[in-house]
Amino acid sequence: MSEASSIQDTLDTRAGGRMALLSEFWSYFSENRGAVMGLVFFVCIVLIAIFADFIAPHAPNHQYREAFLQPPFWQDGGSLRFPLGTDAVGRDLLSRLIYGSRFSLFIGCIVVSVSLFVGIFLGLCAGFFRGKVDTVIMRIMDVVLAFPSLLLALVLVALLGPSLINAMIAIAIVQQPHYVRLTRAAVMGEMTKDYVTAARVIGVKRLRLMFVTILPNCMAPLIVQAALSFSTAILDAAALGFLGMGAQPPTPEWGTMLAEAREFILRAWWVVTFPGLSILFTVLAINLMGDGLRDALDPKLKRS
Amino acid sequence: MLKFLLKKLGVLLPTFFGVTLVAFIFIRLLPGDPVLLLAGERGMTEERHAQLMAEFGFDRPVLEQYVTYVGNLVQGDLGKSIITKKPVTEEFFTLFPATLELSFCAILIAVFFGLPAGMIAATRRGSAFDHSVMAGALTGYSMPIFWWGLLLIILFSGTLGWTPVSGRISLLYYFEPVTGFMLIDSLLSGQSGAFSSALSHLILPSIVLATIPLAVIARQTRSAMLEVLGEDYVRTAKAKGLGPGRVIGIHALRNAMIPVITVIGLQVGVLFAGAILTETIFSWPGIGKWMVDSIFRRDYPSVQGGLLLIAAVVMLVNLVVDLLYGLVNPQIRHTD
Repeated sequence: MSEASSIQDTLDTRAGGRMALLSEFWSYFSENRGAVMGLVFFVCIVLIAIFADFIAPHAPNHQYREAFLQPPFWQDGGSLRFPLGTDAVGRDLLSRLIYGSRFSLFIGCIVVSVSLFVGIFLGLCAGFFRGKVDTVIMRIMDVVLAFPSLLLALVLVALLGPSLINAMIAIAIVQQPHYVRLTRAAVMGEMTKDYVTAARVIGVKRLRLMFVTILPNCMAPLIVQAALSFSTAILDAAALGFLGMGAQPPTPEWGTMLAEAREFILRAWWVVTFPGLSILFTVLAINLMGDGLRDALDPKLKRS
Repeated sequence: MLKFLLKKLGVLLPTFFGVTLVAFIFIRLLPGDPVLLLAGERGMTEERHAQLMAEFGFDRPVLEQYVTYVGNLVQGDLGKSIITKKPVTEEFFTLFPATLELSFCAILIAVFFGLPAGMIAATRRGSAFDHSVMAGALTGYSMPIFWWGLLLIILFSGTLGWTPVSGRISLLYYFEPVTGFMLIDSLLSGQSGAFSSALSHLILPSIVLATIPLAVIARQTRSAMLEVLGEDYVRTAKAKGLGPGRVIGIHALRNAMIPVITVIGLQVGVLFAGAILTETIFSWPGIGKWMVDSIFRRDYPSVQGGLLLIAAVVMLVNLVVDLLYGLVNPQIRHTD
């Protein structure tokens, strides 16, 4: 066999290996019915968020003066014009919920990407260099962890001023330590393995070693954490919105909508129920997916 | 064990140092003049400003300010609330029992229902009960508890009229606090109906606050139990002919408890975060509501002091949990 064809063979098995890995992953993932249901629901939410302009029957902030606190269509006094009823200033609830999905997904994406990138970088540095770098980074993370997450987020928002962007920054900071710890632990586990020693012996440069050789092998727990913290981010942002420290009215963010609806809880159940259900179902779907991801990616569970 | 304690303290003390630094910096990072923020006075003359500046020590170098701050801290002086003019520590420890009582009831509910649910689910893996426990736990874990609280208010206070909406006890009753725990104080007062009033105020907030810990404990117990049930010594115990009650109750449960205890301990931080929301919804006069109110009132000395004290409480509880864990499981004492 010529050298060229043997290289070609290796490349083929590599590509094939990747496909096999993916299909193996999918077979494990699809075995978990809950995870598939979560995925389907999540895809629906994404589609709703993208096509909100076409799906929503009304503009989210348009006030219909003739329809304050109109109940959902199946109740007396409700109409199909406002399928889930209207809020206290006559805005269509369904439309606001549909637009609200954009904010929740946006919050999740931004918070997870920020804390993932920064967390991976810090965790990689801590696990790779050890010593003083490690101590300093981990002590800072310990300090962040010493505060209850929502409290720290709340105080950070008080510091930065209440807005959706500041709420996202605060939540990203609060979630940081989990990524750093996970990355550090995974990196330290990988550092002792032969392939890393081999790469060092060949003389692979430090940055390449960190980001190209080691990092890809640490991704499994991080992907799971990303999925789970996506849902935490949505929950925390909604909680901040509910406390008046997140997105500000009239933004149709689900937590903020709940805050506005609070005074009507005993008069108009729908303005309270539907935004909460939206949060619950979205978070539940993402958590179901996260569980499926963990089962499919965690080799410890795979063996048993 | 002493070495273990010292090692834990060696991590804890720098962390606490960091926490004081955060609290110290917080007030200086706030937009606006820190003197005005701390004094909370309007229409201040320039002399008054200079006088307060000297009083708070803002005219001295930052390092010296920090040393003074920590010095006061060690003596229990965390400054005075702008609104009530009372020392922050006094405010904190007056309200703390309310949060403690609520958290204690919540963790009691969570353990009381979560442990058996997780255990039974594990022993009947794949059964309808197992599936419903897992589904329930996942739902509880995903629950926006501020909304869950509102729903319960709609149902139990609004529609059914069973429970009151806010506060710790009906205004009909008044007695001097002895322990600070309303359930105990109402019994001690001897007034008829006081205890049931306190209990009816406590029940909904406790359920709301218990929701997430309950879900976590049920899940954790189930997975710890499943792991232990697969171990050789459990098989041996079964092979010896021990009944299922003995195998599960004694052999398996004891070992499964170790990770579960840790999880219960870790819920303290979660409880505080939950208390912020729960107390706000139910107007429960505890630390969580106080922190939120202080932030909205711009009572920054209270926010600063509360932040520090809550972190201290969480760290202390985590230390106790770590020590208990070390006591139960000697292996942990000797590993990094």
